[in-house]
Order: sequence, then structure tokens, then C-alpha cells
Amino acid sequence: MIAGYSGADLAIALINVLLLGLLFVIGVAIARMRSLFAIVMLSGIYSLISATWFVALDAVDVAFTEAAVGAGISTALLLGAMLLTARTAKPEPFARSIVPILVVIATGAMLVYATIDLPAFGDPDSPANTYVGTDYLERTPQEIAVPNIVTAVLASYRGFDTLGETGVVFTAALAVILLLGFGERSLSATFNRKKDKK
Amino acid sequence: MAGPRTDHHVILRVVAKPLIPIIALFALYVHFHGDYSPGGGFQAGVIIVVAVVLYALVFGITPAMRAVPPVFARSLAALGFIIFAGVGVWALIMGGNFLDYDVLFNEEPGGHMGQHYGIIAVEVGVLFAVAGSMLSIFYAFAGRVTEIKDEDW
Repeated sequence: MIAGYSGADLAIALINVLLLGLLFVIGVAIARMRSLFAIVMLSGIYSLISATWFVALDAVDVAFTEAAVGAGISTALLLGAMLLTARTAKPEPFARSIVPILVVIATGAMLVYATIDLPAFGDPDSPANTYVGTDYLERTPQEIAVPNIVTAVLASYRGFDTLGETGVVFTAALAVILLLGFGERSLSATFNRKKDKK
Repeated sequence: MAGPRTDHHVILRVVAKPLIPIIALFALYVHFHGDYSPGGGFQAGVIIVVAVVLYALVFGITPAMRAVPPVFARSLAALGFIIFAGVGVWALIMGGNFLDYDVLFNEEPGGHMGQHYGIIAVEVGVLFAVAGSMLSIFYAFAGRVTEIKDEDW
């Protein structure tokens, strides 16, 4: 079999390669495109495929959030933002993209180099599976008594973090409102402008 | 929006109409089943906003703003954050640490009522805050464009 994989392991490895390959192709396509509408749609597809990949990695909670936030709401928000600006990006001269390409290649090479030291996927001795992770798994049934340990960690053990995240979302809404207005008043203003034109 | 000009969107409108309540119902399922399966307040809040956004995209932004007023969306966001932080203050008043659900009901050690109701209240706060914030952001963007002409795509 290929590289020591066999049976179900081979199938999972092939699925991972396929999904990551799709992500790579979409990433390159996004970088080369000029039509903002197509880019927004492709980034939604990118989120959906990464959500599928998270399912393959057994991270269903992350996959759920990625599908709902990345593929769902942020695509709609990006479409809304796109409507406020031009529909196509200006083509960049090739000379100006040399330095960004070098930076991306250098960062990518460093990241690939760093993955060599990462523990194998599902390794029981990896730091994520040995210290607090096992503590949460052992203590949740007695201390919290919630069947879904992710919920117990999110809402109880790490309640401070979740409060901070909720604050971040709330602050984002406040910042957008400060920049763009509430929405209903600008809507009626646009209507009035239309009437004046007629 | 409904008029002779947009009539070729009739399939879109017919399909979207039954989908919207199902999406909202699914959001409630995701929220209240968060203790047992993947999901919770954050995902449920986003999904419920998706239902409103779909309504706005298919039927127009003005009917959507009439159905869910922007002032309701931003009040909901603030209320959600207050609920979350309020649970923390409630724990402080009961003599525990901030967000320490064990002390909420002054129960014996080993009781889980505080944890249960604390988590439920916090998740409701997250649901309200996320749904209200996301919808406010959408309204802020969408309120600037009255309607999207077919040629614009």
C-alpha cells in the first residue's frame, strides 16, 4: 500500500490529501482572480471545505462553527461590503508582487519546517492530550455533569474566555455601527436621494 | 420587491419561504441541544441570523428591517452581553468568584444545579449577543444599498 497506509487509514489519508489539495487550488484561484464576487463565493467554498476537513479530523465543534460563520454569515457580510465598493480589483503590476510572494514562500517554508516537530495526529502522548485535556475529560462528569465536554470547557472551565469572545463580537458590531451607521437611517437617506433624482 | 421586474425570482422566493422557519427551528435545536451534541449559543446565534439574512436577500432589506427592527438587533446584542456578565456578578454576590457557577444556588458540594443553570444562562447570553451583533453588522452594510439590480452581479 501507499507509504505504509492500509484499509481505512488509507481512505482517510486520501480524503485529507483531496481536501487539502482542493483548499490549495481554491487559495491559488482566489489570489489570481480580479472579480470580487467570484472571490467572495470562492472564500465561502474555502470555508465549507475546511469545515469538511475539520470533520475528518474529528473536530466537529470547530467544523460546525466554521460552516456557520465562515461559509454562512461572513459570505453574506462580504457580499454586503462588496456592494459598497467596486466589483473588480485593479490588476497589480508583476513587479509589485515579487516581495509579497517571497514573504509568503519564506513563511510557508518556516511553517512546514515547524510541522516536522509537531506530534502525530491523535498521539496520546502529545501535550494537548496529556495535561489539562485529560483533566477536563476526567473531571467533567463529577464537577459539571454535562454530557458534551466541549460545552463544559467552553461555558464553565473557560467561562472567562467565552465572555471575552462574546465581548469581541459585540465590540465588532459596535465598531461597524460607529463606521457605517445603524442601517435604517442610511437606508431611508438612500430612498430620499432616489426620490430627489426622480 | 415583489413586482413584474423581479418575477423571474419566483422559484427562489418559493424555495426560501419554507426554508426560513426550518433554519430558525434548527438554530433553536442547535442551541438547546448544545449540552449533548456539537453546537451551542454561538453557532445557534449565527444560524438564526442566517435565516434573517436569507429573508433580507430574497424579499428585500426593508421588509426584513420591518420584521426584525435594527433597534431590536442592537438591544439584543447588549442584553446578551449583560446576561453573560450578569451571571458572573450573580456569582460574585453569592460569595464566589466571577463566573463560578457552583455558588449560584448555595447548594451542597456535589450538586450540579448551579453548573446547569449557569451554563444555560451563559449560553442564552452568547446566543443573544452573537445574533444581535451579527444582525447589526449585516444591517449596517445592507442598509447602505437599497436593492441589488440583476445587472450588478
